[in-house]
Amino acid sequence: MDSALIVHRLHFAFTVTFHYLFPQLTMGLAPLIVVLKTLALKRNDPIYNEAARFWAKIFGINFVLGVVTGIPMEFQFGTNWSHFSRFAGGVIGQTLAMEGLFAFFLESAFLGLFLYGEKRLSPRAHLWSAVAVFVGSWLSGFFIIATDAWMQHPTGYFVAADGSVQLASFWQLVLNPWAWWQYAHNMSGAAITGAFVMASIGAFYLLWGKFVEHGRIFVKVGVIAACIASVFQLFPSGDGQGRMVALHQPATLAAMEALFEGQPGAPLVIIGQPNVVERKIDNPILVPKMLSFLTYRRWGAHVQGLNSIPQDQWPDNIPLLYYSYHIMVGLGTIFIAIMVVSVLLLWMGKLYGAKWMLWILMLSLPFPYIANTAGWMTAELGRQPWLVYGLMRTAEGYSKSVSAGNGMFTLLGFLGMYTVLGILFLFLVRREIENGPVGGPASH
Amino acid sequence: MATVWFMIVAVMVTAYVVLDGFDLGAGAIYLLVAKTADERRMVLRSIGPVWDGNEVWLLAAGGTLYFAFPLLYASSFSGFYLPLMMVLWLLMLRAIGIEFRAHIENPVWQGFFEVIFSVSSALLAIFLGAALGNVIRGVPLGPEGYFFEPLWTNFRLSDQPGILDWYTVMTGIVALVTLVVHGALYVAIKTEDPVSRRARGIALMAWPVQFFLTCTGLVATYFVRPEVMSNYKAYPVGLLVPIVVFASLATIIWAIPKGKDSLAFIASSLYITAMLVGAAFALYPVVLPARKREFSLTIENTAAGAHGLSVGLYWWTFGMILAVGYFVFIYRMFRGKVRLDGEGY
Repeated sequence: MDSALIVHRLHFAFTVTFHYLFPQLTMGLAPLIVVLKTLALKRNDPIYNEAARFWAKIFGINFVLGVVTGIPMEFQFGTNWSHFSRFAGGVIGQTLAMEGLFAFFLESAFLGLFLYGEKRLSPRAHLWSAVAVFVGSWLSGFFIIATDAWMQHPTGYFVAADGSVQLASFWQLVLNPWAWWQYAHNMSGAAITGAFVMASIGAFYLLWGKFVEHGRIFVKVGVIAACIASVFQLFPSGDGQGRMVALHQPATLAAMEALFEGQPGAPLVIIGQPNVVERKIDNPILVPKMLSFLTYRRWGAHVQGLNSIPQDQWPDNIPLLYYSYHIMVGLGTIFIAIMVVSVLLLWMGKLYGAKWMLWILMLSLPFPYIANTAGWMTAELGRQPWLVYGLMRTAEGYSKSVSAGNGMFTLLGFLGMYTVLGILFLFLVRREIENGPVGGPASH
Repeated sequence: MATVWFMIVAVMVTAYVVLDGFDLGAGAIYLLVAKTADERRMVLRSIGPVWDGNEVWLLAAGGTLYFAFPLLYASSFSGFYLPLMMVLWLLMLRAIGIEFRAHIENPVWQGFFEVIFSVSSALLAIFLGAALGNVIRGVPLGPEGYFFEPLWTNFRLSDQPGILDWYTVMTGIVALVTLVVHGALYVAIKTEDPVSRRARGIALMAWPVQFFLTCTGLVATYFVRPEVMSNYKAYPVGLLVPIVVFASLATIIWAIPKGKDSLAFIASSLYITAMLVGAAFALYPVVLPARKREFSLTIENTAAGAHGLSVGLYWWTFGMILAVGYFVFIYRMFRGKVRLDGEGY
């Protein structure tokens, strides 16, 4: 395989994976901060304002990282994937430009106001600035998902005389059914991260015995939100997303499940290691007929296997795709279990005293990040070998004029830069958590 | 239709340079203009609530360029690969410099991030100027519409130029000096003595350099690329541009000693606008000139499909009205001299 291709793929994969650690918390926390601000206004209790201010500080640090690691994503479409941009810019330029116009301006303008304008604004106006940041971040999510959804399942385009694709229908582009399922699934994934992080920090305060009043609010808001989002993540959003894949990317579905031999009443693999050379699963633990049911709602339905698909159309890293998918689904199931139990305990009034549950909540913090990352890896590895499904292969899309050596140079630069950024982020956030939710409003 | 989008992108790039220009300039002079801890906070607070929004103009202009002229985006971004990656790293350093500094009240921590912030701001100004210089000078485009420029070759104008040669180094310095004046005037408006007095002093000292480099730069541009005059010859109305350039330069030097900071800042904004409009006017309809003229990228051979471009006009207009509304609102909220009470920066 061409080494420049590998470098450009790693370049995008690394920078986007690191980037998405931050927006998922931004998008997940934003609605929760709105909830806290609303509670402060309704109950007229300053403790909710202190809680909101604390999360605004974390949000602010996180947001900076999201912005500075996000700019390279837009640039890389041109720098590292110029043949793809030339081919598809006439269509996905629409959604990417709209993100700048409708989401970034809104978010950036009101974030400064939200973080530093509390003294200058009335409580109600300050709540509205939080709502504006929330709407901006969720719009941003939509335009990126619409772009990715077009690459997964192209709609609303035509192939022009020069071989590039151009926009045929704006509404088919933004109303792509794939985009709406993926958006629902992705945003509830982000909500899970935000809610788990909030519950986790709250549990830490309760176990520590410091900032207990705030800790209870964090745990309460966190587990309720996480419970709703975790269930929504499985059904309907995960189910709907899965059926999109089954309908439009049968090779992807077969590879996610490592189903080599197509069959009626296909089983669901719970655990097992795909053996691509011998085209089987080692050490499988199966649920009979479950895959057929989940995909087609019929126990005996036939599910296509990889064997009936030409091998040059198989995703090029089946084991990694299979594991990503199974990690995502496995963690998602555990999230539901944790949060349903937590909400029951909360309802019975026992959660704040149940140390064992608080320990679980506290230690669960990294897992939504892992699940979201695994989910994106499933989507992007599953789309291979295509860059735009059925239209352009990944091997055709990278910048031919940028050599492997130049790509490696900047990849190493990003590795170094992001290591520093990651350390700074953890250091500053740890400090804020230790200082706790105290202090008055910030201002300019 | 492609012409309309050419103008739209030019307007957005100009808005970016005028807006983010003053916070880059304020960053470049930061260590000179503010000495004590309170003074430094004052300067940071003058740009704190707006720098991120200003920078969005770069992203929005980039996104609009991608949408309207995909081939231009693909070709220029891959061709300017190395300097753009460095611009990204500088943008990161500047952002954490300004945002992370205030989190810890420690002179070593704060001193470190202040230097990071100031140096990356100055380097960004130079890089952006050099980028503009490359676009005016022309790049070694091939028949496929792609090229790749190393950072430098022999610093001469040849068929295989690097990003940096004597001309683009000069445009880089023009940009730095221009934004130093621009940023200093903004700081003078937003702060109180002694910071604003020092800022005026910096603007006064930088102005002669700005004037000298503007004259030299215009002559050098004619020498590097004589074709720049063809549009001015065909449409003499374009000669208004140099008139505005020199009138605004004169206004700056007249207004500063009189303490009319706002007038000087407006004149500086006008100067930047005129310089960029002049460059766009000279290039049109070329968007990226090639060293071999027949390979030049123009608005016609890089534009996206006609239907997409006309659909875009609807949402662009709507989005722009919203964005301008936010900006007017935010700048009104934080109008006047900065205050030093409370937390933040």
